[in-house]
Amino acid sequence: MTVVQGVNIDDVLFPILEQVSDPEIPVLSILEMGVVRSAIVKGNHVKVKITPTYSGCPAMDVIGDDIKKALQDHGYTSDVELVLSPAWTTDWITPKGRKALEDYGIAAPLEAEADKEVLLKGKRLVKCPQCGSTNTRMVSQFGSTACKAQFQCDDCQEPFDYFKCLK
Amino acid sequence: MKNKTLYNYILGIADNTLILGQRLGELCGHGPSLETDIACTNISLDLLGQTRSYFQYAAKIKGEDATEDSIAFLRTERQYVNVLLVEQPNTDFAYTIGRQFLFDVYHHLFLQGLQQSKDVNLSAIANKAIKEVGYHQRFSSDWVKRLGDGTEESKQRMQNAIDDLWRYTDELFHTTESDDEMISEGVGVNVSELKEPYYNKVKQVLEEAKLNVPESKWFQKGGKRGIHTEHLGYILSDMQYMQRTYPNMTW
Repeated sequence: MTVVQGVNIDDVLFPILEQVSDPEIPVLSILEMGVVRSAIVKGNHVKVKITPTYSGCPAMDVIGDDIKKALQDHGYTSDVELVLSPAWTTDWITPKGRKALEDYGIAAPLEAEADKEVLLKGKRLVKCPQCGSTNTRMVSQFGSTACKAQFQCDDCQEPFDYFKCLK
Repeated sequence: MKNKTLYNYILGIADNTLILGQRLGELCGHGPSLETDIACTNISLDLLGQTRSYFQYAAKIKGEDATEDSIAFLRTERQYVNVLLVEQPNTDFAYTIGRQFLFDVYHHLFLQGLQQSKDVNLSAIANKAIKEVGYHQRFSSDWVKRLGDGTEESKQRMQNAIDDLWRYTDELFHTTESDDEMISEGVGVNVSELKEPYYNKVKQVLEEAKLNVPESKWFQKGGKRGIHTEHLGYILSDMQYMQRTYPNMTW
């Protein structure tokens, strides 16, 4: 049993669940994203609990189906339950997950206070995932999905997504 | 149904997010700019996601063969208990923003209250939703200021929107019978207590936006009892079209 911030996932399931990714951010495993709250094996049946990042996140249904399929491929039957409490926070994205986001071209969430300064006061703190400059500005508070905001780098001129802090 | 009061209470919360979510969804592909289009539809998605959580819970309480979809799609106009504010049309962008702002300030205060609910399902939904609504409120307050403190025309339109929508704000703080019962059980939020912090916050933003705070004391009500403005019927006919035409269809 491994326990991380109230997470309870049987060791044998790690390699399987690690293969399941967020359909919107394919480089990011759902484990690194922190959406799997528990996964317990009993015989060959697995009970999985996942939590949505945002209430309306359309990826949750797909994630649920993908988990079932991955487990089935390894000979397990399963049921996947959606739990709302405790509510997901961007703090649950693992360091490895943050790195994967950056490599994919999405700036990882800042701390809550810095996030506020950036989104409300236009402070230039978000690091451009392309060139590393913090000479960046917000183009739109909402981006291609509910969890991201649109940014542009004023040094390399590249537009990019910023994963908003959710606490 | 074992707990009809709780069921009705949940509808009183979720019909607001459902109808406002549907209204904002109408802007998909029609927003004044790409960024605002995406913002309004993202907010819509958050609201509809919250609605699903509420309705899934309500369906469990109702039992029989109720589902989140049957509750959302298969009621008649008088059975919807959303406030009049959220059903108002997207007249122009200032109007859309004004409606959003006047609701967001209320919504945030309401969810703060609901986080304390003794009902664990409702407090869990509130804990989740309040983070999203914080972003909504920032977005709409920001635009009220930009339009209010913008050009002569944007200022006028923002002022007109606030003046027009003001009449629907008082209803937010009326308590219903199911409210009273739920409040006494420690499950519901006493919305009448939110009135003062609400108007304080709204006034603060309007002043920052260099807009006049309306003085009119004439208010409209009825939504919470199912008596709606003419606009709701049109939204419902749009929203319910598929289920009414092809009963029980699924995606």
